[in-house]
Amino acid sequence: MVNYIWLGMMVIGVLVAAINGHVEVVTKAALEGAQVAVHTAIDLIAIITFWLGIMKLAEAAGLVQALARLVQPITRFLFPSVPKEHPAMGAIILNLSSNILGLGNASTPMGLIAMQELQKLNRGDPKEATDAMCTFLALNTSCITLIPTTIIGIRLIYGSADPTEIVGTTIFATAMGMTAAICMDRLLRYLYHRGR
Amino acid sequence: MFGVVSDISRWAVPIVLLLVPLIAMIRGVNVFEKFVEGAEAGFGTAIKIIPFLVAMLVAISIFRASGALDMLVGVLSPVFNLVGFPAEVLPHAIMRPLSGGASLGIATDIIKTYGPDSFIGRLVSTMQGSSDTTFYVLTLYFGSVGITRYRYSIISGLCADFTTLIASVYVAHKLFGPA
Repeated sequence: MVNYIWLGMMVIGVLVAAINGHVEVVTKAALEGAQVAVHTAIDLIAIITFWLGIMKLAEAAGLVQALARLVQPITRFLFPSVPKEHPAMGAIILNLSSNILGLGNASTPMGLIAMQELQKLNRGDPKEATDAMCTFLALNTSCITLIPTTIIGIRLIYGSADPTEIVGTTIFATAMGMTAAICMDRLLRYLYHRGR
Repeated sequence: MFGVVSDISRWAVPIVLLLVPLIAMIRGVNVFEKFVEGAEAGFGTAIKIIPFLVAMLVAISIFRASGALDMLVGVLSPVFNLVGFPAEVLPHAIMRPLSGGASLGIATDIIKTYGPDSFIGRLVSTMQGSSDTTFYVLTLYFGSVGITRYRYSIISGLCADFTTLIASVYVAHKLFGPA
């Protein structure tokens, strides 16, 4: 799937640029894209290192496992393949709750920690996503943010009479999306295993 | 409610930074040593992501700069118009899963042009706030553990994005009146 999407964007992009008579933008765009990617990764070094340290402390103190136990009723339904009280569960919950609170700085490192823990549980091909990873990312990409601060800021800048009036509609839309994500994940997981 | 939530957001990290080391200390953990032990992996994790992100962002960047994205919008606009979907926000809807920066740019531009309190302005604000950069997140998270086969993740992610889009249009019509 990702192969086709990737190839499609590259091939169509180069062809369209050529047809439009400005093929030189391809080279520039490629370089810019690569640069943005490296900058993003470099920027992540600091916060990932910091949060990995804190998470290690929380794990050593037994806090991550305690959190995992606390949310077990929900996670047992969503992640049947993850053993209860596994640190992965704690990291997933921390990632989702920092998403909900809009703590972008904390949520990405927590998410990457969760992925590492889930990868430790991967008994199949280490290059292939597991059921739990697919569920986690479906939740993560559709997760509710209670206060979308960036867009509220932009509305404020352009003189909105009520910048936060979109909070209710945002929560409604994202709740619908999250429901769809959970249902689709369940359905596709079932179809995937049946097809094997 | 906003006050409470923003207070929680403001206090969440400081409280974690206060309690976690304190509780770890009480439970007999060598706090400094453990922190460093965990943090060691940070650099490697971030660096490991680079090839995956470069691959994805280069493709998206070429697709956008070549004008292919605009063509896609041009082709889809009439279809979306048929079902009563405002064409003004279509570029945003298509860009949203691909690039966070670009979609925010489009949203800003729309808000500037139509005004934040217009129907279109409110709709695009809802769309921006309610969805995530699906491709970026998948590339980043899977890349950090070296996974290249995403199975059905992209489909469920895009389904969620599409549902969010429909729900945004629906709720904006309901609450903010028709365009």
